Amino acid sequence: MTYIAKPKFHHPKLATNKLGFTHRDYEGAVSTLCAGCGHDSISAAIIEACFELDLAPHRVAKLSGIGCSSKTPTYFLGQSHGFNSVHGRMPAVLTGANLANRDLIYFGVSGDGDSASIGLGQFAHSIRRSVNMVYIVENNGVYGLTKGQFSATADKGSQSRRGVANMDEPIDLATMAILLGAGFVARGFSGDKTQLVPLIKAAIEHKGAAFLDVISPCVAFNNHPGSTKSYEYVREHNEAVNSLDFMVPREPIVADYAPGSVEQVTQHDGSVINLRKLAGEYDLHDRSAAIRYISEGEKAGEVVTGLLYLDPEAVDLHERLGTVDVALNALGDAELVPGAETLARFNRSLR
Amino acid sequence: MPTTITGINDFVIKFANVNGSGSASANLLFAKSIMRMGVPVATRNIFPSNIQGLPTWYEVRVSAKGYRGRRGGVDLMVPMNPQTWDADIAEIEPGGYVFYDSTRPIPPSKFRPDINIIGMPLTEIVNGAYTDSRQRQLLKNIVYVGALSALLDIDPKAIEQLIGEQFKGKDKLIEPNHRALHMGRDYALKHLRCPLGIRVRHADRVGDKIFIDGNNAAALGAVYGGATFAAWYPITPSSSLAEAFQRHCRRYRVDTASGKNRFAIIQAEDELASIGMVIGAAWNGARAFTATSGPGISLMQEFLGLAYFAEIPAVIFDVQRGGPSTGMPTRTQQADLLSCAFASHGDTKHVMLFPADPKEAFEMAALAFDLADRLQTPIFVMLDLDIGMNESLVPPLTWDDARRMDRGKVMTAEMLEAGKDFGRYLDVDGDGIPYRTLPGTHPKRGAFFTRGTTKDRYARYSEDGTVYVDNMDRLLKKFATAKHLVPAPEWRESAEQAKAGVIYFGSTTPAMEEALDAFTQQGVHLDALRVRGFPFADTVYDFIARHDQVFVVEQNRDAQLRFLIVNEGNVDPSRLVSVLNYDGTPITARFIVDAISKKLVAANVMPFRKKAPAP
Repeated sequence: MTYIAKPKFHHPKLATNKLGFTHRDYEGAVSTLCAGCGHDSISAAIIEACFELDLAPHRVAKLSGIGCSSKTPTYFLGQSHGFNSVHGRMPAVLTGANLANRDLIYFGVSGDGDSASIGLGQFAHSIRRSVNMVYIVENNGVYGLTKGQFSATADKGSQSRRGVANMDEPIDLATMAILLGAGFVARGFSGDKTQLVPLIKAAIEHKGAAFLDVISPCVAFNNHPGSTKSYEYVREHNEAVNSLDFMVPREPIVADYAPGSVEQVTQHDGSVINLRKLAGEYDLHDRSAAIRYISEGEKAGEVVTGLLYLDPEAVDLHERLGTVDVALNALGDAELVPGAETLARFNRSLR
Repeated sequence: MPTTITGINDFVIKFANVNGSGSASANLLFAKSIMRMGVPVATRNIFPSNIQGLPTWYEVRVSAKGYRGRRGGVDLMVPMNPQTWDADIAEIEPGGYVFYDSTRPIPPSKFRPDINIIGMPLTEIVNGAYTDSRQRQLLKNIVYVGALSALLDIDPKAIEQLIGEQFKGKDKLIEPNHRALHMGRDYALKHLRCPLGIRVRHADRVGDKIFIDGNNAAALGAVYGGATFAAWYPITPSSSLAEAFQRHCRRYRVDTASGKNRFAIIQAEDELASIGMVIGAAWNGARAFTATSGPGISLMQEFLGLAYFAEIPAVIFDVQRGGPSTGMPTRTQQADLLSCAFASHGDTKHVMLFPADPKEAFEMAALAFDLADRLQTPIFVMLDLDIGMNESLVPPLTWDDARRMDRGKVMTAEMLEAGKDFGRYLDVDGDGIPYRTLPGTHPKRGAFFTRGTTKDRYARYSEDGTVYVDNMDRLLKKFATAKHLVPAPEWRESAEQAKAGVIYFGSTTPAMEEALDAFTQQGVHLDALRVRGFPFADTVYDFIARHDQVFVVEQNRDAQLRFLIVNEGNVDPSRLVSVLNYDGTPITARFIVDAISKKLVAANVMPFRKKAPAP
């Protein structure tokens, strides 16, 4: 049950990060998802990323919609405020939260039903507004909590557990995010933590909308032969375009890669991404080339993963709106209320 | 010869125009010039859901007594739109006047024998003076204002001054407008019989009053109430509220040192997103609002239930229009009471405020943010098109500089550090309102999970029935607390003891005040109670208990206020008699007096004593 707290004791020699926190300080309640659920691996990757980046857990806010994926914020970062909102509407709630306090880190956790079906509009608009957030879709192609109906990301021809094939075209959220102007778009696989953790870290440090489509197999309803979102299928068809090491500014950059095979990208905040190219000519700064590559991979039955698009100079919503540097929720009467004298002048203009 | 209506500073003039013809600013100029002469006016725009081409009307009631409601009937019609000619002529009171463009001859059958006909070749005059077609159209409006100034004895200096103010900075435009004004005025003085039986005379009845629409005032109230975030989706008649907020913020909320904004405004993709953003911002400690109308309220239902159940502050301005569905988008009604009071599925109840005019719209807008924080729940400010989009003459807005925002029960880092017990849904002092923490407050304490599912007092997920009931009952207790925090009703005693009473709210107020005066003059005594908030104060039920017959006057078909009164107070429905106006036009004093008079007789009660006839 989600309200069962984990025991607080831990091994005395458990490693601590620069803030003195251990892994355990980034954990949440015990998961109530099915054993083997891909979503739990994603939660573990978020915990790992936050630990390694030395984030203060209480400076993170976790928001979600409705569904299995949206339950997961309970299972990581127990010292962070969380908000399990309504189905498909996490992006709006996150946008408002972000504008109220620009100083926190915002995780938007959603699923394929939540973001590609009921919430497609809000997904699109939060991306095009460049809300500073890490938007993670835990993508399994089915509705888990209502027992296995197809979602809008299910591939055409993919079979349900009962053997029925999906006849509709799939929505590729990563492609859409690139189209809509996200500054950071990646695809990962819950079964590949080595790839996923650096992607999440880089997404956290990115300024603006960072979108992560994480294929996360549903062991209960979509992990059978004939499914294109099963562990087996994704492992066999995973086509990573790059692999990355992520470094925050304070870390020394140690490059020991073969010359020409690595691209270093410095983000707005000074953090550096070392990208090892795996797919020859893939250019992650070229929007239309990225979309073409993903689409061709899809036609060939491949699941294209890695950091798919990056604009290191992206501008976030606060910058677009020209808001003050201090969080809006910290402003008081003196900064907000114009006062009686101003009102008297206003009155005079209306006579 | 028709009889002739006469009256000084007491008449109704109506302009019938074509939307998009530039008449609005000329008509406003006309109305303001009368105010500048110290004579109160009440104006109403009657406009279509259209940008160009459809009929639009502007009604100016000149009232020395300062009545702000619609009177009903028209004394002087200015029919500038052939499309609506017949209906416009029919609306004139017997003995009234029509002032029309006589460039093209109009057959006598298109008039009425019982009205006074004043023709002036407006088109001919402007066509002779100007060559540019747009200029002809715009200045024709000023020409008729000039003619009317002669017919109604309006001081041309007041108009000239207003033109000067209007075109300040575009000084090039002042002279042509002055010229057009005098072109019309001179023609009228020379060729027409001036002034008419109805006319304006300098008075001192306006004082320091201001002329402002409710949406503008409410938006300024949001600035004074400390709102830093607004999300909205364009919808008539609320859009001008959000746009006014933007304007006020640019003026009053830009940090002078950095040039950066102490506000954020998002025009969202729909109303669902608008309210979602507001809830997110308010959850995170910013004062946030949305402005919408009935259809938007329908779309926001699910989120409103979340805000109720998860207890998140939010302010919603509902500028009501004619429903249901798309309804009458540019007409007024008070028909969203039930959809707001019980918004969302399951058992919900929401707090509503009922401003009567732009001044109260300002005050209640600012108050709404205090109430939202204090009660941690959505607060609906129930405006309507009549209040929101019509300028009204009201006392100046006031503000007490000693006032501070009431942020409600927010547990701080210091309180958490001191070890204060924090349960997000724990009622520690019996008012049903728990403490909340804002995200990011304390490294180790005070974090909790906000959800729309059932939870216990410490915000832990639970499906236990007793835990659910405990929480739902506390929400009722909180609602009972709200009863004492919303603005109290206004009880107006009649001069003599009355057995009948009348309950009303919102934009019905100006018409009701006038109707009560009329009743008094007739020797009919009625006590009156103006409801200003929901949940209802006990006073509402005292008032009902103290009267044999109680009329509930409102502007919707289904008697929504009456429904709330009956059900929330367990009142015998037969005690409350409905008076309903729901054709989309603002209710009039005439309508109220007529309806109540009939029902007083029909019910065969004599709750009033006729004054003894004069000897």
